[in-house]
Amino acid sequence: MNEKPISTMDRVSVGLAKRYRKERRFRLFGLAAIVASLLFLVLLLGSIGAKGWTAFQQTHIRLDVFFDPAVLDVKNLATANYANLVKNAVFVLFPEVEGRQDKRLLAKMVSGGAAFELQRMVVSNPELIGTTKSLWVIAKDEVDMFVKGYIPRNVPESERRVSDKQIAWIDQLAATGRLEKKFNTIFFQAGDSREPELAGIRGAVMGSLFTLMVTLVLSFPVGVAAAVYLEEFAPQNRWTDLIEVNVNNLAAIPSIVFGLLGLAVFLNFMNLPRSASLVGGLVLTLMTLPTIIIASRASLKSVPPSIREAALGVGASKMQTISHHILPLALPGIMTGTIIGMARALGETAPLLMIGMVAFIVDVPHSFSDPATVLPVQIYLWAGSPERAFIERTSAAIMVLLFILLLMNATAVFLRNKFERRW
Amino acid sequence: MQKLSMTLAAASLMLASAATPTLAADGRDYISMVGSGTVYPFATAVAEQFGKTTKFKTPKIEATGTGGGMKLFCAGAGVDTPDITNASRQMKKSEMESCQKNGVTEVVEVKVGYDGIVFANSKKVAPMKLSRKDIYLALAKQVPSPEGGDKLVANPYKTWKDVNPALPANKIEVFGPAPISGTRDAFTELVMDNGCEAFPFIKAMQKSDEKQFKAVCQTLREDGGYVEAGDNYNLIVQKLETSPASMGIFGFSYLDQNGDKVQGSIIDGSVPTFDNIASGKYVISRPLFFYIKKAHVGVIPGMNEYIAEFTSDRAWGKEGYLAEKGLIPAPADERKANAETAKALKPVVIK
Repeated sequence: MNEKPISTMDRVSVGLAKRYRKERRFRLFGLAAIVASLLFLVLLLGSIGAKGWTAFQQTHIRLDVFFDPAVLDVKNLATANYANLVKNAVFVLFPEVEGRQDKRLLAKMVSGGAAFELQRMVVSNPELIGTTKSLWVIAKDEVDMFVKGYIPRNVPESERRVSDKQIAWIDQLAATGRLEKKFNTIFFQAGDSREPELAGIRGAVMGSLFTLMVTLVLSFPVGVAAAVYLEEFAPQNRWTDLIEVNVNNLAAIPSIVFGLLGLAVFLNFMNLPRSASLVGGLVLTLMTLPTIIIASRASLKSVPPSIREAALGVGASKMQTISHHILPLALPGIMTGTIIGMARALGETAPLLMIGMVAFIVDVPHSFSDPATVLPVQIYLWAGSPERAFIERTSAAIMVLLFILLLMNATAVFLRNKFERRW
Repeated sequence: MQKLSMTLAAASLMLASAATPTLAADGRDYISMVGSGTVYPFATAVAEQFGKTTKFKTPKIEATGTGGGMKLFCAGAGVDTPDITNASRQMKKSEMESCQKNGVTEVVEVKVGYDGIVFANSKKVAPMKLSRKDIYLALAKQVPSPEGGDKLVANPYKTWKDVNPALPANKIEVFGPAPISGTRDAFTELVMDNGCEAFPFIKAMQKSDEKQFKAVCQTLREDGGYVEAGDNYNLIVQKLETSPASMGIFGFSYLDQNGDKVQGSIIDGSVPTFDNIASGKYVISRPLFFYIKKAHVGVIPGMNEYIAEFTSDRAWGKEGYLAEKGLIPAPADERKANAETAKALKPVVIK
């Protein structure tokens, strides 16, 4: 009966330690989630970086090329046997090598691209004929892989693609300073190639650029116009509800479906060219439109009604209110949404498969109708190639793609921070 | 703020007008190819060489798989359809019929060489000595009952030792291509069918009920013994390195490139080497083809020259650059005959 009634403070202090513990646990879970995801990110980037960074360097061999006037003539510059000039320059370095088989092995240390390089030089400067010039030419991918340590030296000869003789020649070249790793400019200047040492991402980057340009030009104005109409003009009825549900639904549709749609409409019905970046851009437009509409609507909605009312109050028309006040204030949010949509479009491969953009294309595209491929497709194609040197190139291309994505997302964050207004 | 939006609008308008040149699929000035992923590495090498040494543009090549390539190739005779399709098997009769129906009346077949399919494991362990019967018993969904008799049971084998006492007691785990792949087609045809025929009662089935014969022989187990690994064979090679007890199935060129990591199993007494496949001693090899739409020769620039490049000895010959990429060249007289067929553009008749 005379038990003391428990005061509120007592009751609180009894449970207090437990509540603190709970809170600490709650915080720890969150922290653990972040740490785990960071760990995976580091693992992913680490493995890509570790495999890929070597691709930014390429082994070169210094040759003293004699531009033999017997082979080259001002008239036959386009068809002359430049490969022979390269071969002769290699044979000069190793006069002791004899026999057809050995000479073939020796000639194979230099990439076939060297001949084309010589051709470019001679065609642009015919005065070279008859002179000897010391040049750094590209080594074959196997030599490159060996120099970079991807082909082990200590396994039996039959198990590696570089023979014992070639290793001896590589060592000799390295000892005389004729073998060097240089920055891999080809990787950034060339289109795709079956020879890893000649393959580059220029074609894919240009293809991505053209495709994204089409996507941006079409999806930004259309998306914003649709959002403005839905948010500012459309009456609230069953039809607009239906449209809203559909827009949200479209944003969640797997991208391959858009590819099928593109195949049926743009290629089969409208007869646009297969593999063109224009069609790729159209398909990706369909895919990014819902994202842009949703982001734009959210952004328009977040403009305070007071601004709308004030504008209308001082006599602005509806259109003036929207174009002078609401749209500019909503723009940072709209642009953020657009850039994120674009970044997603940049990483897309599945819909492009259906419209023929997953293809081997050597020539760098120059217009919207040229056959083109895009960066993620290039990565996919290289990842499946048997040549070992493509493994490092795959990782390097991933690094370039990640860098571009990072740049785009950073722009989105920058724009938001710079123009965002808080009320 | 307003200025910014105006500039943006102006910029998008400008881009829009720049982006609308005349666009039609006709008047294509480059060769368009589709087809097998197995022939892709070779076709691309030829295409690149062709693009660099002639005045023509480099052809465009899509790896659509043999079946997908046939479908696109036979879709019509217009210039918006592919000119050439690559195939890791011969064109089927049904495909030829669909070609004919769509106006592709004359198709030229060119056999380019051979490809070996290897059954490989990691270098860290001893190479396996297998017969096609062993592989069938290890990988089929249904096998003849181990107790004897003409009865089929769900595959009971867990390790290679269960299949054949001479083999090691490793768990059966084989990484191989998925059904859409031509390599998978060839594998089931060359290995599974053959291994199947070692059992007389299944062989008899081929005559009485071919459908069931195919179902019995070509259905692979789904209980984890056979793992479909997509068509990225580099991943299979990596996988084999980390789990030496497993086996993998892929084309010879991947073995050729990764000789320090994996080794080919000895199948029916012969090792998958370049020479053994070329001579036919290694049994799991298949011919590779490409098919030309005759109506496009002379319409699309460079067709004749591309065909000439592919069928030249410096490409598909014994010392050619395709052998370098892993193609097994056909014997010299066969190459000569094939090159002549290609040059004369003699249409093929599929029986």
